[in-house]
Amino acid sequence: MSQQAEGAVEVTAAVPGDTRQYLRFSRLNRVLHVVMIISFMSLALTGMTLKFSYTSWASVLSRILGGYETAGYIHRMAAVSMVIVFIVHVNDLFRRRKKEFGTWKAMLTGPDTMLPTKKDLHDFVGSMKWFVGAGPRPRYGRWTYWEKFDYFAVFWGICVIGSTGLILWFPEVFTLVFPGWVINVATIIHSDEALLAVGFIFTVHFFNTHLRPEKFPMDIVVFTGRMPVDEFREDKPAEYDMLAEAGTLQEHLVDAYPPIVIRAIRTFGWMALGVGFVIVVWIIYAMVFAYR
Amino acid sequence: MRRAWMTFCAALLLAASLPAAARAQDNADCLACHGDRSLTTTRGGRTVSLCVDGKKFAASVHAAVPCVGCHADLQGKEMPHGTPLARVECGTCHEKEQKDHAASLHGQAIARGDQLAPRCVDCHGNHDIAPVHSPSSAVAPQRVPWVCGKCHQEGSPVQRQRVIHEDHILENYSESIHGEALLKKGLTVAATCVSCHTAHTILRHTDPRSSINRKNIARTCTTCHSQIEAVHRKVIRGELWEKEANVLPACVDCHQPHKARRVFYDQGMANADCMKCHGNPAIRASRGGRSLFVNADECARSAHARTACSQCHSEVNASHVRPCETITKKVDCSSCHADAGRQYQTSTHGMLAAKRDPNAPGCTDCHGWHGVQLRKDPSSPIFPTNIPDLCARCHREGNKAAVRYKGTEHDIIERYQESIHGKGLLKSGLTVTATCTDCHTAHGVLPMADTASSVNPRNVPATCGRCHLGIEEMFNASIHVTSIGKTDKRLPVCNDCHTAHTIRRADTEGFKLTIMSQCGKCHEEIAKTYFDTYHGKVSQLGYTKTAKCYDCHGAHDIRAIGDPKSHLSRENVVATCQKCHPGATRRFAGYLTHATHHDPQKYPFLFYTFWGMTGLLVGTFVVGGVHTILWLPRALQMRRARRHALPPKKEAS
Repeated sequence: MSQQAEGAVEVTAAVPGDTRQYLRFSRLNRVLHVVMIISFMSLALTGMTLKFSYTSWASVLSRILGGYETAGYIHRMAAVSMVIVFIVHVNDLFRRRKKEFGTWKAMLTGPDTMLPTKKDLHDFVGSMKWFVGAGPRPRYGRWTYWEKFDYFAVFWGICVIGSTGLILWFPEVFTLVFPGWVINVATIIHSDEALLAVGFIFTVHFFNTHLRPEKFPMDIVVFTGRMPVDEFREDKPAEYDMLAEAGTLQEHLVDAYPPIVIRAIRTFGWMALGVGFVIVVWIIYAMVFAYR
Repeated sequence: MRRAWMTFCAALLLAASLPAAARAQDNADCLACHGDRSLTTTRGGRTVSLCVDGKKFAASVHAAVPCVGCHADLQGKEMPHGTPLARVECGTCHEKEQKDHAASLHGQAIARGDQLAPRCVDCHGNHDIAPVHSPSSAVAPQRVPWVCGKCHQEGSPVQRQRVIHEDHILENYSESIHGEALLKKGLTVAATCVSCHTAHTILRHTDPRSSINRKNIARTCTTCHSQIEAVHRKVIRGELWEKEANVLPACVDCHQPHKARRVFYDQGMANADCMKCHGNPAIRASRGGRSLFVNADECARSAHARTACSQCHSEVNASHVRPCETITKKVDCSSCHADAGRQYQTSTHGMLAAKRDPNAPGCTDCHGWHGVQLRKDPSSPIFPTNIPDLCARCHREGNKAAVRYKGTEHDIIERYQESIHGKGLLKSGLTVTATCTDCHTAHGVLPMADTASSVNPRNVPATCGRCHLGIEEMFNASIHVTSIGKTDKRLPVCNDCHTAHTIRRADTEGFKLTIMSQCGKCHEEIAKTYFDTYHGKVSQLGYTKTAKCYDCHGAHDIRAIGDPKSHLSRENVVATCQKCHPGATRRFAGYLTHATHHDPQKYPFLFYTFWGMTGLLVGTFVVGGVHTILWLPRALQMRRARRHALPPKKEAS
């Protein structure tokens, strides 16, 4: 409560009349997210045609994608893109460690760390209380616990799906070492983990970041990289307070994008959302109504 | 035999004559008077010589016989004897001949007191009878026609005063093939009158005992023409001629008696005679009024151009003014086409016909009538490209055979036309392509359920194998034949995978994709698990490039996995994988192509992997889902609060 009161006092940290916005994501991160969206959508669409090949939907989609062979090439190229995204991101981490933090310890134990902290546990318990009306909204920091979960889910997913995918891509090579049934096991893991990823991203992640009523219809911060200071203060109060206390908030403010850019971004966002929803509907149909 | 008999008689007479000689009644005594050429008597107003030429008699077959041996009434009489003498009885010695003659037409006439009837001496002579095989015998073959011709020639009293059906007998005979051979070429084995009519047992042709009775004529002719069956092939088959003489033309129907030639005949039942009436387009049956018109041109162009009317309409009788008035039955094509006829009788068509079913097709329904053509003639209804239309007359949906049919095959004509066989036949004009009759046979058509049917599952491989021999050989070594795949379940045959009438090219996409569900009809579980693998999933999407059942198991040469010749045997499986995966190794071949994650015993790895993944999935969704749902009311609350707090700045971004 006291923190909230302090935040209310510190609202003056932003200069009134200043329409600049808080820069949350770097340009690289934004680009990576867009590339990842495209590759993820491609992987999902092409992969699901095989997974749900018993639906008529799948064969139509497969034709649209240019046949199973073309779909296969798309799938592999998208996978390669995603691995590149992954590598570029990890490389960026190394770069930032050197440039911004100096040591891994500073980076991984600082307030902006992606690793789970004690505060995340508190926030999670606080959130549960808030959900049931037994407490106030926790004062979330730069990265909330669900955002951290999403982040590591991608790490996990890329490792699991990527490695099994590689086995399926080069079965002749892998069976030089592994027995043949490993391909069968890899198929199950690849396919079910992909279902988990697709299902989770297009439902829970979509809700958490876009469909949440206060963000509805979508939160475009990941594309613009910037958010209004008011929204920033409300959404990430702990981070705002920290910047306000340090008096460095101004350093993080940049000009907003012109409306035409926003419109373009929204269009892209709608497309991504639309594809995601269609895939979800399709999965539900295939799993519930057409499962064999 | 006869010679022996005569020798025996002669010996007897000789013995009997010994005491007579004692009484000075030997031949020399007789010739003392009868050797005189001027010895005559008057008989019936005519002067008749009573001279017996001693030389001729001595040369005759009876030389050793004393005069009283024949003129038995002079036995022991004083010389000179009184007249008239009793008639010599040849039968005393020639008992059988005498008996046969008495029973014959000639003997009967004698019994009636017919003065014109011939006795022994009329043919054989009296004191100068030469041995029967001697060329100088009165009944030597080359003289027989003249012996008989004495009475049976134009202008003779017999021919004029008695009822003899044949005319110009001697004349015709002498011009016939037999007569020419005998009389002109001196061929003594050529048939003479007695060869056909016998020497002594001459009977009317209506008498069943007669050698020229309809029933016996074949036997009579085959005495000489023993190999005639070979010439007449299936007309007679050796036995039919005798057994079923009523349905077959007898020899004489075609080769008229006394006139047998090498050429065909212009008389009697020759076609021209038939056409005198049947060439008239207006001719109609007195009963029913159906047209009886026969188009001579059509006949002449037909496959039966060289077949005479009477060969089919065999009940005609040449002795009638209208030879056809004796016809009672329809033409029986099986007289000549015996095999086809026998097959037809066992077929559904034939059995229906036997029940007098009005829908049953007979020979002419498919082959046509007088204009019948060979199968190789494109205008024939049974020319390969015409067969589908021919069968369609009854078997097209809605037609008379199709409406009776209760089975599963429908639209067979249309489907056939779209099938590989139908397209080959009708679009490409490939006349060796399978038509209806190639699979169902032409004459032995039977329903599939009948074990004798060519399309019964038991016989289908052999039926298809008539053309697809290589495939049949492979199939017969596969696990799908009962001798190898020992099972009580029904094993598949060609049509179970290829269908009966909708057979497609096996390299078309549609066929490749449906074949999996064909295998799956019996191999249900294994097909299901196949569709769980990458191969199955891609196939299910409608692509043919990934492995399908036959790519690994073979198509027609499917064998048990344990069979070393199987594509999937230990020896061959790697090579089989390498067809598509060139880098495949033995480990690679360990891929479970029919894996299922539902069987913990068989595939524990897959089972636990699947349930582990499912647990992870469900767990994640439950936590994420509950979190989201709990969040929703608060999020709505925040939205409302913000709306109230910041009404003008709604779209700041």
